[in-house]
Amino acid sequence: MAIDKYPTPMLDQLEEGPWPSFISGIKRLRDEHPNEKINKVANSLLGQLEHSYETRKGYWKGGTISVYGYGGGIIPRFSEVGHAFPESKEFHTLRVQPPAGNHYSTAMLRQLADSWEKYGSGLITFHGQTGNIMFIGADSDQYQHFFDEINDYGWDLGGAGPCVRTAMSCVGAARCEMSCTNEQKAHRLLVNNFTDDVHRPALPYKFKFKISGCPNDCQNAIERADFAVIGTWRDDMKVNQDEVKAFVEKKGRQYVIDNVITRCPTNAISLNDDDTITVNNKDCVRCMHCLNVMPKALGVGDDKGVTILIGGKRTLKIGDLMGTVVVPFKKLETEEDWESLVELAEEIIDFWAENALEHERCGEMIERIGLVNFLEGIGVEVDPNMVNHPRECSYVRMDGWDEEAIKWFDRQAEAS
Amino acid sequence: MAKEMREPIESGCPDPFQYMHPTMRRNFGMWAYHEHPRPGVLLHVAKNGDKLWTVKAGTQRILDLFSLRKLCDIADEYSDGYIRFTLRSNPEFFVTEEERVEPLINALEEAGFIVGGTQNSVTTLSHTQGWLHCDIPGTDASGVVKAMMDELIDEFRNADMPNRVHITTSCCQINCGGQGDIAINVQHTKPPKINHDLVANVCERPSVVARCPVAAIRPAMVNGKPSLEVDEKKCICCGACFPPCPPMQINDAEHTKLSIWVGGNHSNARGKPTFQKLVASGIPNNPPRWPEATAIVKRILKAYNEGAKDWERINEWIERIGWPRFFEEVELPFTKYHIDNWRGSRKSLNSSAYIRF
Repeated sequence: MAIDKYPTPMLDQLEEGPWPSFISGIKRLRDEHPNEKINKVANSLLGQLEHSYETRKGYWKGGTISVYGYGGGIIPRFSEVGHAFPESKEFHTLRVQPPAGNHYSTAMLRQLADSWEKYGSGLITFHGQTGNIMFIGADSDQYQHFFDEINDYGWDLGGAGPCVRTAMSCVGAARCEMSCTNEQKAHRLLVNNFTDDVHRPALPYKFKFKISGCPNDCQNAIERADFAVIGTWRDDMKVNQDEVKAFVEKKGRQYVIDNVITRCPTNAISLNDDDTITVNNKDCVRCMHCLNVMPKALGVGDDKGVTILIGGKRTLKIGDLMGTVVVPFKKLETEEDWESLVELAEEIIDFWAENALEHERCGEMIERIGLVNFLEGIGVEVDPNMVNHPRECSYVRMDGWDEEAIKWFDRQAEAS
Repeated sequence: MAKEMREPIESGCPDPFQYMHPTMRRNFGMWAYHEHPRPGVLLHVAKNGDKLWTVKAGTQRILDLFSLRKLCDIADEYSDGYIRFTLRSNPEFFVTEEERVEPLINALEEAGFIVGGTQNSVTTLSHTQGWLHCDIPGTDASGVVKAMMDELIDEFRNADMPNRVHITTSCCQINCGGQGDIAINVQHTKPPKINHDLVANVCERPSVVARCPVAAIRPAMVNGKPSLEVDEKKCICCGACFPPCPPMQINDAEHTKLSIWVGGNHSNARGKPTFQKLVASGIPNNPPRWPEATAIVKRILKAYNEGAKDWERINEWIERIGWPRFFEEVELPFTKYHIDNWRGSRKSLNSSAYIRF
């Protein structure tokens, strides 16, 4: 049966040009898909979107829906112009947790596509900015059936609302020589430990884990995660001097001086007369630049672990915050190490859940109460790696100085 | 009789090894180095000599089932039935023999996808939901990205920038889209319009008050009904009050503007991570192609490409040449709005005799 198509003169212009067009994709669902319901939903969605383009306003509002047994994981959307575009008046998004590192077999993707074809609009995004597979456009009668079906074959909802959110991790050890940890293990251990907090939003606000295998931070964890795990190492970087010489020969000394030696943020590398390099590893801050330029010649060390930074977030509500170093280095080798990573996360989430204000991210709470109070709350000792520099303001009460100094020397003695 | 409901299986995040290309599974943690044979292609070499070529493609991101199945067809034929997605939603395909790289690229291009996005390219713009699905969108992020990528397709296909360029869009200033070397964000410029008849029935007033970043919202009685009022002098027009209180309408056809921010860099390489800084605002929200925003982005990219040294990201290039010269080079005005007045803003002021002439 032919459907009455809404005209889309503005959206049609987004089919021009060489980049793949999402409008053409939605039109294919409208015109070519064998399921009439999908045709109609796509048509209605295009109608509302064209209306938004004409009037320069959005027309979705939220609500509260979830699958049976959960309290979140779905972004409810009800149209404010549903009377004009009724077939997409309910257009909810199911957030589904991807595998760590976003690996898929086509068999699994096809299975997901088949289920979504039965119950949804046919639109999917890999992945939303929080990291979920976004199944965009199920109506209130269908989302539970879709979830039941994909949940049976291995998929679970992610977080939405004030809860632990879906985590993200880079490709890491699966395909990267810079990897300093087992990213997928860290990812799954952390987020799956908080499954209850993912599905039942009861925290002050959102809490995100992100894992990057090295300080290049391809997951953008420091800027975007409440709990950022960054792989690093603490012994000497690996130098293959034959490959260094080959690189200098290929690129020239000037290139190496301009692009490697002088770019080191702590002047830790020098080029020798015989075209080898010397690295002062005590000064190296593991920024990754020289390794990025010469991946064949330089590599990460053997004594690997992670740095953990807490409190990164986007703009709402006190402006963008970077994560702050809370654990400068942590080995993740033995089962005990891994357990203590999870315990640290539990401490932090518990402390934040008890002490944060309504709608306050962990980083905002740290700003409000101060890092020292936060560290005391979670039982972590201070470390000079936590600051860019010591305090500048002299207005501070310091009558506990002697005890604190003894603590420092005791810890130093214990470590040595 | 009520139907018995099915209890969910709380399986959480799935194990990726079952979906991982066998060469990656076999060499997990055992990679030696990588090369960049051509734009859109990476070669990773394992310590045992195994080689894996990755071919990266750009798509429309919001995939319809036809497009998703097309990607699966290509992966079945050329990539052993495996796909991975990057942070910026680009699918990656894998081959283990060099002679199969070219046919894979051809198959992707013939199907309408764009191969590129590696190393010193402009990768796919990451974006938020916009008019397609968000509840406080000032614009349509997907549309802005499509229109902009049409113009930046050569920068995606080739990798001839001084370093990689990450561009993001966000459809409001809460900035879910994230930090980018260049970020195109919507800036609401007028306080919310309140429908006082609805507030009492729809909004949990204390939580709306708590959400305002500048304490501009107060409970009030209006026309004898409990409602809320906004101190318009304080209001920064962020729109955060709208989701918990839809009668506080922030969407506005005329006063929603695009703004452009530069210099966000999430890597630690050469310097600590940095946030994006405002460079342009008041840009018309002009669907369906947003030509004014794209023109400014292209100007910034051109100046960066011509002026930056190898490996300099946009923030590093600007730090070297200085902000006065940046504004000159990209022909943008510097206004009072560029000077931060938010918390801790004095740290961003110049307290030295470092002056550029």
